[in-house]
Amino acid sequence: MPRMTMIEAIRGAMDVSMDKDDDVVVFGEDVGYFGGVFRCTQGLQQKYGRTRCFDAPISELGIVGAAIGMAAYGLKPCVEVQFADYVYPAYDQIVSEAARLRYRSNGEFTCPIVIRMPTGGGIFGGQTHSQSPEALFTHVSGLKVVVPSNPHDAKGLLIASIEDPDPVIFLEPKRLYNGPFDGHHERPVTPWSKHPLGEVPEGHFTVPLGKASILREGSAVTILAYGTMVYVAEAAAEETGIDAEIIDLRTLLPLDLDTIVASVKKTGRCVVVHEATLTSGFGAELAALVQQHCFYHLEAPVARVTGWDTPYPHAQEWDYFPGPARLGLALRETMEA
Amino acid sequence: MAVAAKKASVRSKSDGKSNSAPVAPKPVDFNKEQELAAYRDMLLMRRFEEKAGQLYGMGFIGGFCHLYIGQEAVVTGLKMALIEGDQMITAYRDHAHMLAMDMSPRGVMAELTGRRGGYSKGKGGSMHMFSKEKNFYGGHGIVGAQVSLGTGLAFANRYRENKNVSLTYFGDGAANQGQVYESFNMASLWKLPVIYIIENNRYAMGTSVSRSSAETDFSQRGASFRIPGIQVDGMDVRAVKAAADLATEWCRSGKGPIILEMQTYRYRGHSMSDPAKYRSKEEVQKMRSEHDPIEQVKARVLEKKWASEDDLKALDKEVRDIVADAAEFAQTDPEPDASELYTDITH
Repeated sequence: MPRMTMIEAIRGAMDVSMDKDDDVVVFGEDVGYFGGVFRCTQGLQQKYGRTRCFDAPISELGIVGAAIGMAAYGLKPCVEVQFADYVYPAYDQIVSEAARLRYRSNGEFTCPIVIRMPTGGGIFGGQTHSQSPEALFTHVSGLKVVVPSNPHDAKGLLIASIEDPDPVIFLEPKRLYNGPFDGHHERPVTPWSKHPLGEVPEGHFTVPLGKASILREGSAVTILAYGTMVYVAEAAAEETGIDAEIIDLRTLLPLDLDTIVASVKKTGRCVVVHEATLTSGFGAELAALVQQHCFYHLEAPVARVTGWDTPYPHAQEWDYFPGPARLGLALRETMEA
Repeated sequence: MAVAAKKASVRSKSDGKSNSAPVAPKPVDFNKEQELAAYRDMLLMRRFEEKAGQLYGMGFIGGFCHLYIGQEAVVTGLKMALIEGDQMITAYRDHAHMLAMDMSPRGVMAELTGRRGGYSKGKGGSMHMFSKEKNFYGGHGIVGAQVSLGTGLAFANRYRENKNVSLTYFGDGAANQGQVYESFNMASLWKLPVIYIIENNRYAMGTSVSRSSAETDFSQRGASFRIPGIQVDGMDVRAVKAAADLATEWCRSGKGPIILEMQTYRYRGHSMSDPAKYRSKEEVQKMRSEHDPIEQVKARVLEKKWASEDDLKALDKEVRDIVADAAEFAQTDPEPDASELYTDITH
């Protein structure tokens, strides 16, 4: 099986989808001729022409709004917002139109769009190029929210998202584009070409939305993670020697609650980790669900390890980023509680 | 409405007449002091940016870094028309704008390297810094977002009944953002003293103007809001200064907003990670060799014998020393203390 980067896997997913279905169109800022700021759409315009892969003006609200209209008519737009930090102007269209079209039209209209956006920090982007806004979308009924953590899943989940009849927010952790990242910024990164999760099937396949994967089996504590944080979780488990079970959620909405509950009932402890800020983060939802469904199995409070409640700082990126040391500390405290 | 009640002067234009459209002024020759000042200012910007590029390559600057090299005449010519209290706001290609507002090269460079002596204590980085003292309102990483803020600055000038003007900079790419037009409408409706300076460097990152803009004459982007606009040779600092004089006078006399489309060019990529394959080397070389803003001034100065080659070399040395000092500071100043992580979030 070929190994590839997450960028190549995402490109491959769009390639396969465009090849299979003429209704799939790809557009966004710098997406066509330039091939995307992270090169995720490189070559698609040459292959499919400028009516199916094209540049849009710098106008996120307009891009998403137009995509919703296209989708209502029956096309399947897969648009790119250049950074997740740029999505806020489009939030009105996403919340008030895309997420509500099905409900408002009594199921007559659907909105099969995918909005791809690079998310997260770890590249010194500062406060406007590093954010993780997933909780802004998980709070909106009518949306699906996907965060892949490796090339295999990225391709399978993106194809599934494009084929899904509802709007999907597809968050791509940009720190993972070229290789897994365990939070040790001072060490060289292993490229995907040397990592088993870089193996991606050729052609069409899907990873179903709403299905988590168990990245590492364990019996002592369950770590709930997604995106970049699954590798931080792996590093923390290795470094503490704690027999942690790591669940890669892959999809936040719909959430694979069954897998989560089964694991926490087995381990009796749970630590939630994400890069986004703590307060009202998705971890709060996870902690609430775990205590609701696993209350009598819990031997310790559910812990949360997250970015701090601050803007993403430029100079103190690695103080902000919830690395293996912070997660390791939470694991130890959870085991001793 | 409380605002309107308090200040009767802030009200919508009701006479229905549009202002007679201004015409692009011809460049006026500079005197010796103006030429040499412009030369020195632009040289400082260029050497500063060259050094920033070097520090980026050496790993002292991380993340994002957008260099202004090639566009120096724009901020320099506009600076020459400012009076005390005029505000400036721009996007993320902001280093030279800060130097034009007389912010310290040390403070800017140290912000790029994320040190405590930077204008935002290192927590902002290249795209996000400010100086209240120098009336520089940022430094904004979100394309187009500063245009609405700049409009608000102009409102404040009108409200305070001062003679100040808001210099609101954005690029040809940002000119396609929706909030730009919401701002245009309000600025014209309320006759706000704002100069919308569109730095048209022909490329919105990797997408050329013709591939992203239905109307590529950006000076006319305000037409449906009755905002006049003029196109300016943004590579000629004299042309910029002449247009800046006209525009500041327009605003200060209460005629409302005006658009200056600065036709300029950036020599480097959009950011440090941009190989700039969307344009030819010949195109860049042609701009460098035939339209360089600094070389234009240099040629005039030498021709008029206002300075000798040796004088200009000495000036270059002086500028290089300032930049070297800033770079040294930016590499040796400590990083912010961890306790700074949680400062300045809310009161």
